[in-house]
Amino acid sequence: MKLIHKLVIAAVAATGIAITPVQAKMDQVVDSIHFLIPGGAGGGWDGTARGTGEALTKSGLIGSASYENMSGGGGGKAIGYLIENASSNYGTLMVNSTPIVIRSLVGRFPQNFRDLTMIAGTIGDYAAFVVHKDSPLKSFKDLVAAYKANPKKVAIGGGSVPGGMDHLVVAMAMQAAGQDPTKVKYIPYDAGGKAMAALLSGEIKALSTGFSEAVGMAKAGEVRIIGITAPERVKAAPDAMTLKEQGIDAEFVNWRGFFAAPGLPKEKADAYIKALTLMYKTPEWEAVRARNGWVNIFNPGDKFTAFLVKQETIIKDLMKKLGFL
Amino acid sequence: MLDGVLLGLSTALSMQNIILVIAGCLIGTLIGMLPGLGPMSIIAIMIPIAIKIGDPSSALILLAGVYYGAIFGGSTSSILINAPGVAGTVATSFDGYPMARKGEAGKALTIAAIASFSGGTVGAVLLMGFAPALSSVALLFHSAEYFALMVVGLSAIAAFAGTGRVVKAMMMTVIGLIMATVGESALFNAPRFTMGLQDLQSGLNFITIAMALFALPEALFLVLNPKRGKIEGTSGKIDNLRISRKEARQIAPVIARQSIQGFLIGVMPGAGATIASFLGYAVERNIAKGEDQDEFGKGSVKGLAAPETANNAACTGSFVPLLTLGIPGSGTTAILLGALIALNIDPGPRLMIDHPDTFWSVIISMYFGNVILLMLNLPMIPYIAKLLTIPRNYLIPFILFFTMIGSYIGQNNATELLILAGLGVFATILRFADYPLPPLLIGFILGGMLEDNFARAINLTDGASFMYERPMTLGLLIIGVGLIALPAYRRRRARALAKGVAPGD
Repeated sequence: MKLIHKLVIAAVAATGIAITPVQAKMDQVVDSIHFLIPGGAGGGWDGTARGTGEALTKSGLIGSASYENMSGGGGGKAIGYLIENASSNYGTLMVNSTPIVIRSLVGRFPQNFRDLTMIAGTIGDYAAFVVHKDSPLKSFKDLVAAYKANPKKVAIGGGSVPGGMDHLVVAMAMQAAGQDPTKVKYIPYDAGGKAMAALLSGEIKALSTGFSEAVGMAKAGEVRIIGITAPERVKAAPDAMTLKEQGIDAEFVNWRGFFAAPGLPKEKADAYIKALTLMYKTPEWEAVRARNGWVNIFNPGDKFTAFLVKQETIIKDLMKKLGFL
Repeated sequence: MLDGVLLGLSTALSMQNIILVIAGCLIGTLIGMLPGLGPMSIIAIMIPIAIKIGDPSSALILLAGVYYGAIFGGSTSSILINAPGVAGTVATSFDGYPMARKGEAGKALTIAAIASFSGGTVGAVLLMGFAPALSSVALLFHSAEYFALMVVGLSAIAAFAGTGRVVKAMMMTVIGLIMATVGESALFNAPRFTMGLQDLQSGLNFITIAMALFALPEALFLVLNPKRGKIEGTSGKIDNLRISRKEARQIAPVIARQSIQGFLIGVMPGAGATIASFLGYAVERNIAKGEDQDEFGKGSVKGLAAPETANNAACTGSFVPLLTLGIPGSGTTAILLGALIALNIDPGPRLMIDHPDTFWSVIISMYFGNVILLMLNLPMIPYIAKLLTIPRNYLIPFILFFTMIGSYIGQNNATELLILAGLGVFATILRFADYPLPPLLIGFILGGMLEDNFARAINLTDGASFMYERPMTLGLLIIGVGLIALPAYRRRRARALAKGVAPGD
C-alpha cells in the first residue's frame, strides 16, 4: 500500500503547488475562482476564461484561479453539471457566450440561461471568415461570387453544429449579400483546431470562426481573413476588411460572459461582479484584451439579464427567417 | 538545422531545464498510473505552474515531460488490474493483463517500459529530422481518409474473433458502435438515444465504459472464483524483469516497425495515440505467423510491445502539427497550445524562425525525458508488480476503489457510478457467455470519430462517391477489409488442411 501513499502524496503535491498565491498588487476581492469551460482547450471559451483568470490573478484581485475543461453537447454538459452540483459549485464561474441563447431557443437542453445565476457579460468577439493563404478568394465578395456560381462547390466549415452560431453567421452574411442562406454547404467540426486543419488541408473553402481564434493563425501567415462582422476595422488585425466595407450589411458580436451556479448567495455574486468591474482598470487586463483583440462590453448583473433577453429576441427572429426554428 | 540542434542542446541542458524534465516525467508517470487521470487532466493541473515559470522553453519542456510521462505510466493499470485509464492504453491491456495473470507482471511492465522508451526515442529522432517536412503530411488526410483510417482501426477486432467467435466479436463491435451514438454528436443538432435522460445527453463516458467492461468483471470474477486470485506460477517470478533472448528477438522488429508507424499516425491531427495503438496491434497480429498469431490476446509479448510502442511514438508525433502548424491534434495538445499562447508564443510555421530555442529545446528534452523515464521506471517495476501478490481480500477492494474513482473523477458526476455498476453487471454476464469484450470498447472509441468523419465526407461530396473516387480512401478501406477478412480466410484454410485436404485440391 506504500505505493498508493506515494501516489496520493504526489497528486496532492502537484495540485498543491498549483494554488500557491501570487504577490497581490490590488486588494484581493475573492480568494479563488474555479473557471468551468464548457468546451475544449484552445477554443474561444477557453481563451476567455484563461485570459480573465490571468488578469484577475496577476492584478491580485483574486488569490488564485483554476480551470476545468468540460466539453460536450455544445456546452450542455457543463451547464447541466453546474445546475446539478450547484451547492458544491459556489466557487465556480462558467464562461459562456451566444450559443447558450441559441441552444435554449431550439430547446436542445431543458436549461436556459435563466436557470443560472447571471454574473456579467465581459467581452465581445466578432465573427471572422478565413481562407487558406493560397486561396484565390481575396475578399468576402469573392466568396459570395463563388457561392453564387455554385453553392455546392463552396464548403464552409465551422466549429459548431448546423444551426449553431458559426453556421448562423455564414447564413446571415450570405443573406445580407443577397444570396439564398439556406443553400450554404456548412461542414461542422467538433473543435476549432480540427476545422482549422480542414481549412489548411483544402477540405473546406472557407471557415467561419471567432475573430480572436483567427487572428493568431493570420499572424502566422497561414490563413487570410476575408471579412469580419465588426462595424469598423479592429486594431489587432488592421488588414482585415469588415463586411460593411465590402457592401454587405451584416454585423455580429458574439458576447462572452460568466455565469454561476443557481442559488448563489447574493454577497458572493456581488463579490464576483466587483472583481470583474475592478479588472477593467488594470494594465494586466488591458494586455490580455489587446493580445486577443477583444472588445470590452461590460454588462453586470441585472443589465446582463436584460441584454440576454434582448439578444434572445433578435436571434429568434433571425433563426425563424433562416428556417432553423 | 545543426545550429538549431546546438541551440536546443544548450537550452535543454541548463540546470533548470534538466530538473524540469525530471520533475515533469516523475509527476506524469506517477499520476499517469492512476486510472482516470489521463495526460489531459494532469497537464491542465500543471499549466498554472508552467505559466509561472515564465520562460516558454522551460514551460513547454515541463509540460511535454508530464505528457509523455503520463503515457508511459498509463500502461501500468492496464497491465496489472486490467483497468485502462486512457483510450491509448486499451490495446495494452489485451496482452499485458493476460501476461500478468500468467505471473509475468514484472516482465510485462519491463516490455512496456522498453517499448515506450523506444517509441518515444525514435519519435523524437523523427520529430527532429523531419518535423518541417512532415507538416504537409499532417494535412494529407481529409475527412474521407480519416473515416477510412477508423475502418482500418476497427480491424483490430479481428484479433478477438477467435475460432467460432467471429459472430460474437462482430456483435460486440456493433453494440460498441451503437453506444457511441448516444448523446449529441457534433454533426447533428439533436440528442439521440438519450431516453429523455439529461445525464445521457453528453453521451457515455469512455473511462466509465472501460472500467465497467474490463476492471469490474475482473474484480467480480475474483470474488466468484477464489482460485483465480492465485497467480499461476510461483510468486518469486512475478517481479522478475528478465526478458529472454528469444523474446527480445521477437519484439525487436515489432518495436522498430511500430515506432515509425505510430509516429506517422500521430502526425495526423485527427488520429492520435488511440488509433495508433489499435492499428499497431492489428498490423502486428496480421504479420505474425502461426503460433505467434494465436498467442495474441493470450499474453503475447508482441501484442504488448506493439501498442505500447505505437502510442508513445504517436504522442511524440502529435507535436509535429502542434509545433509546425499550430494545430492541436488531440485534447492534450490543445491544452499545450493554450499554454503556448498564454506564454505569448504564436505556434505555427514561424515558431521555428521566431523562437528556435523553444522549438529545438523541447525536441532535445524529449531524448533526455525518455532516458529519465526508463531510469525512473525500471527500478520501480519489482515493487509495482508485487501489487499483485496482495491477498485477494485486499486486492479486490483496491481494484473496486480505483474503478470507481476513475469513472467519477473525470466528470465529477455520481451518475457515472450508476452507469458503471449497471454496465459492469452487463459485462460480467457477457463474459460468462464467452463474448469478447475488447471489440465492444474498440467500437465505442472509434464509433464517434467514424461517424463524424463519415457524415462530413458524405456532406462534402454529396454522396458516398468519396469511397472510390479518392485513391487513398479506397486503399485504406481495402486494407481494412483485408485485415478483417484475412484471418478468417487463414483459419478456414488451416481447418481445411487439418481435415487432410491438400492445398491444391
